[in-house]
Amino acid sequence: MGVITDNLDIWIPALLGTLRIFFFGLIIALVLGFIVGAMRVSPVPIARVMGSAYVNFVRNTPLTLMFFIFAFAVPPLIGYNNREVLGILAIGLYTATYVAETVRSGINTVPVGQAEAARAVGMSFGQVMTHIVLPQAGRSVIPPMMSVIIAFLKNTTVAAGFSIINLGMMRSYMSERGENMMVVLLWVAAIFVVLVFILGAIQNFLEKKLKVAR
Amino acid sequence: MIPVIEVENVNKHYGDFHALKHIDMSVNKGEVVVVIGPSGSGKSTLCRSINRLETITDGEIRIDGKVLPKEGKALAKLRADVGMVFQSFNLFAHKTILENVTIGPMKVKKVSRSEAETDARRLLDRVGVGHQAEKYPAQLSGGQQQRVAIARSLAMKPKAMLFDEPTSALDPEMINEVLDVMVELAKEGMTMVVVTHEMGFARKAADRVIFMSDGEIVEEAEPDEFFTNPQTARAQDFLSKLITN
Repeated sequence: MGVITDNLDIWIPALLGTLRIFFFGLIIALVLGFIVGAMRVSPVPIARVMGSAYVNFVRNTPLTLMFFIFAFAVPPLIGYNNREVLGILAIGLYTATYVAETVRSGINTVPVGQAEAARAVGMSFGQVMTHIVLPQAGRSVIPPMMSVIIAFLKNTTVAAGFSIINLGMMRSYMSERGENMMVVLLWVAAIFVVLVFILGAIQNFLEKKLKVAR
Repeated sequence: MIPVIEVENVNKHYGDFHALKHIDMSVNKGEVVVVIGPSGSGKSTLCRSINRLETITDGEIRIDGKVLPKEGKALAKLRADVGMVFQSFNLFAHKTILENVTIGPMKVKKVSRSEAETDARRLLDRVGVGHQAEKYPAQLSGGQQQRVAIARSLAMKPKAMLFDEPTSALDPEMINEVLDVMVELAKEGMTMVVVTHEMGFARKAADRVIFMSDGEIVEEAEPDEFFTNPQTARAQDFLSKLITN
């Protein structure tokens, strides 16, 4: 425990950094991911094209490259250089593509008759999505979505390579203070296990709550 | 005579397959038209084209004199005026029976919840499932679900109703409870297009029978005339198969 208690001044900011990247990145990823996922099944051709262009371009790009772009190429363009904010943008925009594809696969599990009935009642595309299709897609989407979110949580450590404080930086900090590397890394692993365990509990709760009888 | 639904020279292709061939039909206010024909004859496609759940290749469809728009708000508005009942009911699986009936008026017509619920309960009572209002669709029998689907359409106060084989997915003992509701609607003067294999309904409630085969309207007549004295060989052949079954 000494590794932790003697170095709380670093562990706590690092954990908070990870949580900040995770929380704000997740908001970007979920909001944008739902929009892009819905665009890909939209009746408007231009929306479908833009949605798939975004997914195919960004998803086919390595995450580290996204970070490089936002850490080095974007700041001179916009005259703004808060590493953490830019890092959150990079990983949020990247993860949104995975969210979009997961949402789309969930939409495809909802029987087409549900959307047809909603359209026949006179609902607009947006209403069909928000009131009928997405609530039902939610249930089947939760397990793959949680996998995306878990992978995203662990991907936040990539930010360490770009001087954004988070748990991924603990090794270098602790090495400066002469701590045992194995112990440090096992503690980092343990923290991630706990965080993912919490996500798993949320998943179980949501799966039960969103159950749809057919 | 005021035509509510007008279909003019409509063609529909699925790739090379010519699903609807030069279809002309019109349905007047208060008229009940039954569309029958062998499977694959295009009758469901025609029915679904009328509120543009299927797109058409060319031709024109008008509802209440207005040309069916291609997409967007105008199309949604027109669809709200045309009720649709599906073979597989398609009740919203995550909504209660009551919510199934209120969601259209509340979201599309912006009716208040209390008004929508009062109206919905009255309609559910009318189709005989008022006591099931708090349940979910999966808890109801097929016949009950289909009657809820009819109530859901009626809640929008449609100018016309389309029925796409409404009893084909039902167990035999449930068919009549749905047909009774439909006969009742017909008597009250609802404009209806009904794709069905139920000849009893056609005889009892239809003003006109349209017989389709291979994507064409082959014959069009009053029910008695059509069933006792079909003019074309295709219609005679189809009816003879029905009777021997």
